[in-house]
Amino acid sequence: MNQQMTPTHDESIALAKTLTGIRGLDDLTLGGLPAGRPTLLCGAAGCGKTLFGVTFLVNGATDYGENGVFMSFEERAVDLEQNVVSLGYGLADLVAAKKIVIDHVHVERAEIEESGDYDLEGLFVRLNHAIDSIGAKRVVLDTVEALFAGFTDKGILRAELRRLFAWLKDKGVTAIITGERGDGQLTRYGIEEYVSDCVILLDNRVEEQITTRRLRVVKYRGSAHGTNEYPFLIDDRGISVMPITSAGLGHKISLESISTGVSGLDAMLGRGGYFRGSSVLISGLAGTGKSTFGAAFINAACRRGERCLLFAFEESQDQIVRNMDSVGIHLKPHIDAGLLRFEAARPSLFGFEMHLARMNRDIEDFEPKVVVVDPISAFRGPSLEIHATLVRLADICKTRGITALFTSLSSTGELMDENERSVSSLMDTWISLKDHEANGERNRLLYLLKSRGMNHSKQLREYHLTDDGIELVDAYIGAEGVLTGTARLAQEARERDADKVRIQGIERRRREMARKRASVEREIADLRAELDIEEAEMKMLIEQEEAQEVVYADDRSRMATRRGMAP
Amino acid sequence: MNNRLGDNEISPDKETMDANDFADTGDYNLRLYVAGQTPKSLAAIANLKHICETYLAGRYTIEVVDLLVTPTLAAGDQIVALPTLVRRLPPPLKRVIGNLADTERLLVGLDIRPKDFKSP
Repeated sequence: MNQQMTPTHDESIALAKTLTGIRGLDDLTLGGLPAGRPTLLCGAAGCGKTLFGVTFLVNGATDYGENGVFMSFEERAVDLEQNVVSLGYGLADLVAAKKIVIDHVHVERAEIEESGDYDLEGLFVRLNHAIDSIGAKRVVLDTVEALFAGFTDKGILRAELRRLFAWLKDKGVTAIITGERGDGQLTRYGIEEYVSDCVILLDNRVEEQITTRRLRVVKYRGSAHGTNEYPFLIDDRGISVMPITSAGLGHKISLESISTGVSGLDAMLGRGGYFRGSSVLISGLAGTGKSTFGAAFINAACRRGERCLLFAFEESQDQIVRNMDSVGIHLKPHIDAGLLRFEAARPSLFGFEMHLARMNRDIEDFEPKVVVVDPISAFRGPSLEIHATLVRLADICKTRGITALFTSLSSTGELMDENERSVSSLMDTWISLKDHEANGERNRLLYLLKSRGMNHSKQLREYHLTDDGIELVDAYIGAEGVLTGTARLAQEARERDADKVRIQGIERRRREMARKRASVEREIADLRAELDIEEAEMKMLIEQEEAQEVVYADDRSRMATRRGMAP
Repeated sequence: MNNRLGDNEISPDKETMDANDFADTGDYNLRLYVAGQTPKSLAAIANLKHICETYLAGRYTIEVVDLLVTPTLAAGDQIVALPTLVRRLPPPLKRVIGNLADTERLLVGLDIRPKDFKSP
């Protein structure tokens, strides 16, 4: 090997890039479009090609100090200006400030007769003049292929377009050339042959009646780039592309735990709450209070002064605020304080990808500490896609250190449904809410299915939605199974009765014993008394006997004396 | 460099006119856009002069606009291809592109009808 070899990587050789200012696109192209080169932007009608072009120029003029020329082959300047007002672009002002030039090139086939050889030098002259008049660095040609409808000699046209793109390169402007999507090729007239430095494809697919816009960088000569299809969004805040390949698992973790907003649940989790930056899933049947758990969490976060973002897919903001008021969770003050923001939308409004793009954008804008998605089960579609969407959403939150709480409506029964199973691996903490139906009533039970990194409670707990929020109570777990609600109360009453009976029994036995003892002792006393009497009598008899004996002895001696023994 | 080539006035030689001939009664105001003295430009100028002298002698004015000198004029007349000949009068506006080598198409483009042809 050659020891003298110089380092192969040199910063000055690296491809210069021009930032588009379009969120996400600059990330996935690692710095924007190739500077000083043309980029082909192709897609079917209604994909947003023109808006991409306008955004590129407006951002260049307002944020990067690069003026731009918009050469429109389809729309008149006035129409164009009006169309982008809804996106918040003041194109007319930029034109007045000489930062952007709009040139409408109109070619009407019917008005033109061709006689002999010609070229498109006129276009070059106009473009050159426009560029030089404001010192433009950015150029958009939208849609140059419209020329094909205006001229019959395709050979000349192709040669001229090739010359145009080479000329743009020589001119050193960063250009976007839009092209209509063709059959079997990227553009209708195959102009991708001539613009080969960077090709971006826009797509607008309808699946299950839901439209999703997607963007793909087909090629980018001399640069690495994200190769997937990325959803993008066009709305009143402009264009945002959602780069979602950042699925690395390198995010920083936190040991800090934050309150769930439910004191009993904090205790169950073992560390006083969820880990900051973790993903939490709350699954349960309808009416088990999933949203309430979410709201309790938000309430706790807002009280700590953290910003929260709630994506609601089933209820409107006012509805949620009203409903949560009924369980003592007051969200209105947090909204007024600017700590809580609602983003409510029907799930069917866009495809998942669009929702994801929108959520990502909102998260970037609002920079919340806590995100609640209520519920993820509102998304209907192939589970693979839902899973991919949720992976990305969880990933976005994790990389930003946002604690994300997802609610999910589970289907009936004990079995996990497809959606739950697919997302379960993403979740750090999974709380399952259950319904227990017995004795003509329904009661709510909760248990922690999992909680990574916590020595959490394994117990099933009953909870009530009270006027003061969620309250956990100990469920009755005994020989007769888990009892809840009135059954639990009844069982507890029964147990109390049984205890009473048992205690009474003991008392009775104790009393009986005492009585027995007393009676035995009485008998003993009687016997002893009897014995004493007998003893006393016996003593008396003995004494009498002895006294008699003495008398007898006296009598005998007296008699003896009398018989002659006397002196 | 706006050249005026030929401004001789000749009255219509026809006694009666029908509606279709009306356009031919007026003067032809033609403007030829070119970019520099390229072979194409020069050919177009030469071809145009020849045709006008042949068919419209005395009834036309030609203005040659070099867009390299006055590029601002290109947008106004929607010039894309060069050379472009614009018939500004009589109305309606008509355009012919190319070096004008194809006489037949040029005549069609300028709406000059064969029955009006005058032999030189």
